[in-house]
Amino acid sequence: MSRAFARMRGLSNVLGLLIALAAIFALFSALRPDTFPQMKNVETIARQTAIVATATIGMTFIIVSGGIDLAVGSVVALATVVMAVALRAGAPPMVALLLGVATGVLSGCVTGAFVSKLRIQPFIVTLGIFLIARGLAKGVAAEQTVHVETTWIRSLLAVLSPDKKWMILPPGVWAMLALAVLMAAVLRHTTFGRHVVAVGSNESAARLCGVPVGRVKFLVYVLGGVFTGLAGVMMFSRITVGDPTVAMGLELEVIAAAVIGGASLSGGQGTILGSLLGALIMRTISSGCSQCELPNWVQEIVTGAIIVGAVLLDRLRLSRRGA
Amino acid sequence: MSLLQATDISKRFGATVALDGASLAVRGGEIHGLVGENGSGKSTLMRILAGVLRADGGRMSLNSVEFAPGSPIEARRAGIAMVHQELALCPHLSVAENIVLGFEPVRGGLLDWREIRRISSESLERFGYDHLDLDAPLGSLPVAARQIVEICRSLAAGCEFILFDEPTSSLGASDVQELFAALRTLRSEGVGVLYVSHFLDEISEICDRVTVLRDGRVTGDGDPESLGTGEIVRMMVGREIEDLYVRSDRRPGEVLLSAEDLRGARLPTSASLEVRRGEVLGIAGLNGAGRTEFIRALFGLDPIRSGRIRVGSYLGWSPPRDRWEQGVGLVSEDRKEEGLAINLTISENITLPRVNRFSRWGWLSSARRKAAAERWVADLGIKCASTEQSVSELSGGNQQKVAIARLLDLDADLLLLDEPTRGIDVASKRLVYEIIDRAATGGKAVVMVSSYLPELLGVCDRIAVMCRGRLGVPRDARSASEHDLMEEAVGA
Repeated sequence: MSRAFARMRGLSNVLGLLIALAAIFALFSALRPDTFPQMKNVETIARQTAIVATATIGMTFIIVSGGIDLAVGSVVALATVVMAVALRAGAPPMVALLLGVATGVLSGCVTGAFVSKLRIQPFIVTLGIFLIARGLAKGVAAEQTVHVETTWIRSLLAVLSPDKKWMILPPGVWAMLALAVLMAAVLRHTTFGRHVVAVGSNESAARLCGVPVGRVKFLVYVLGGVFTGLAGVMMFSRITVGDPTVAMGLELEVIAAAVIGGASLSGGQGTILGSLLGALIMRTISSGCSQCELPNWVQEIVTGAIIVGAVLLDRLRLSRRGA
Repeated sequence: MSLLQATDISKRFGATVALDGASLAVRGGEIHGLVGENGSGKSTLMRILAGVLRADGGRMSLNSVEFAPGSPIEARRAGIAMVHQELALCPHLSVAENIVLGFEPVRGGLLDWREIRRISSESLERFGYDHLDLDAPLGSLPVAARQIVEICRSLAAGCEFILFDEPTSSLGASDVQELFAALRTLRSEGVGVLYVSHFLDEISEICDRVTVLRDGRVTGDGDPESLGTGEIVRMMVGREIEDLYVRSDRRPGEVLLSAEDLRGARLPTSASLEVRRGEVLGIAGLNGAGRTEFIRALFGLDPIRSGRIRVGSYLGWSPPRDRWEQGVGLVSEDRKEEGLAINLTISENITLPRVNRFSRWGWLSSARRKAAAERWVADLGIKCASTEQSVSELSGGNQQKVAIARLLDLDADLLLLDEPTRGIDVASKRLVYEIIDRAATGGKAVVMVSSYLPELLGVCDRIAVMCRGRLGVPRDARSASEHDLMEEAVGA
């Protein structure tokens, strides 16, 4: 009931996630001491996390506002295809990159309009977009991988060349981290950010106090679209082709990352830092599992158990405090 | 001095007249009570002032300027805020964030936390709540403190009038005193307070003036102390008794239901009762007194903390499923949400409890369900195209008959009816009274909760009054008066 309590809740959540991350890292380091705790591997995990984490930043806003977005994976695939087609048509890389982001923004605008103006549940709207975007991606790509010559976009998430080792991590990872810091500040220190929490916490109270609920919801999905588009760019940087079948199920990984990070699907709760740690935990596990040569199905079972376990732990923690 | 005036306000909901030319004037620096029985229109009037509802006719003015809010936010901008029973706060935001929600001070694009803290601590200080942690999430606060936060928000937004809708219904006794202290602070600062409450002792304690409503009209106003509780009650009641009640001569049989000092999770606090076969027992009281909770506890929908229940030869609390088996049936006050499965058909609804009666080797026989339903459609005069019609297409009165038919089809011995005539037309009411009378005459026991006193006086054999969770001793309905019952209900 005190200030200490409020701080502790936020802190204990982050602390818990850090401990979990450290424990997982320690476990795999013990199992694979020669490869797992090496800088090269850490860099690989960071590169892999960047895509999920970028999308998770937008998803955190959406979930905190009480919404959901199921179309992330499909839109990411569509964005890679759009970029590849643009490059093949001779567009400069920068234009292709912006088109990739625009793909996400467009889908965010459509979702936002349906959710805020026509009051259709975001689950339904984004389920529709999930199929439409995947279908569009396949159609535009003629159901094939779109190959293009490599451009500087590739270097966003590529392994650093020896002369660039001073960067420690690839530029895409740094960009993601910078955006995360920015968006954490937006969520915490701007009127818009607080209105997102208010809408997710108690929509009718927010409306009563003059919060423009419809506009907040619309903007939340547009913002989500920006980050989905950026995740598409990062995906393209990694696979360097337009692939209409890529990122299947990415949306679930993104939602899971936010949930592990302490976001509540009923809204009002969630932080950018928590979500990023959630994404990192999931990627570390899957990287560790594959280095231990555990088959994919084991990874899936472990990840599933961790999602449910994380929420259960959170619930137990809250009920013990009587909150 | 600021002045909020409503003149000649009228409002209808379908066929029901909620307000019929009611007028009210609240001044700044005054605590103005608004009282009346359930359904007298006091909440409707308050919600019109707060912009939740729009009046059909009449005028409102704020400081002599025409005022017709189309939404709560419009009313709030004009300077009128309402503190709801269900508090309108965001549990995940901090105390300070809740206070400034909707008009957050910003500097350089970012929230100005220093200003936010200054505004919130200043307004909390006025009520002596400066010990509250501004950063604590609102959800971690007790209800009384949340109410203060909501009041602070209205003040910080610059509201001149604050409307309270039964603010003490969720508070304990010591919290009520804290709220009253806050109301007095508001008064001393020149804020006008409109205070709706059921409890006349509260009105006498805190209000400078009181307006009494009955059937949507103002029946009197004045200083509550010089009026006295007796006079206020007289202004609240006194409707003509309509001649549509049915009560045959019945002879009570064995005791079927007995409750001893029953205490629920929150309500009731103490309820003792004996109901015999061939008897209709009425439970009067105000909304929120614990009548519905009592009935729900008897039926096993709510847990009980202590006390004894006996139904026939069964002792103790049982879940609803067992209660059906024991011959107990309940008609919920909330017909659409809880009483009926509104999208299912008439026959499905009537045969829903213990639906296994209609199955053979695990397969439900719709023909047998239909036959059972047809009997009741004919017997109770349910107006419908067929028994396979969706209940949602029926009128309120016919829906209620379906809800009661469910009990009769199981041949329940004890009928628990919660507001069985709420929101149905007069002809259907008459039919419901007949059904109740027939059931009791046929040896069933009926417990009937109602907020409409004439109905209880006309239909029941005995009436008990629930007041703040305590159930009084039942009295003979034939010699009771509306005035006596209301006095007991308001705790006078």
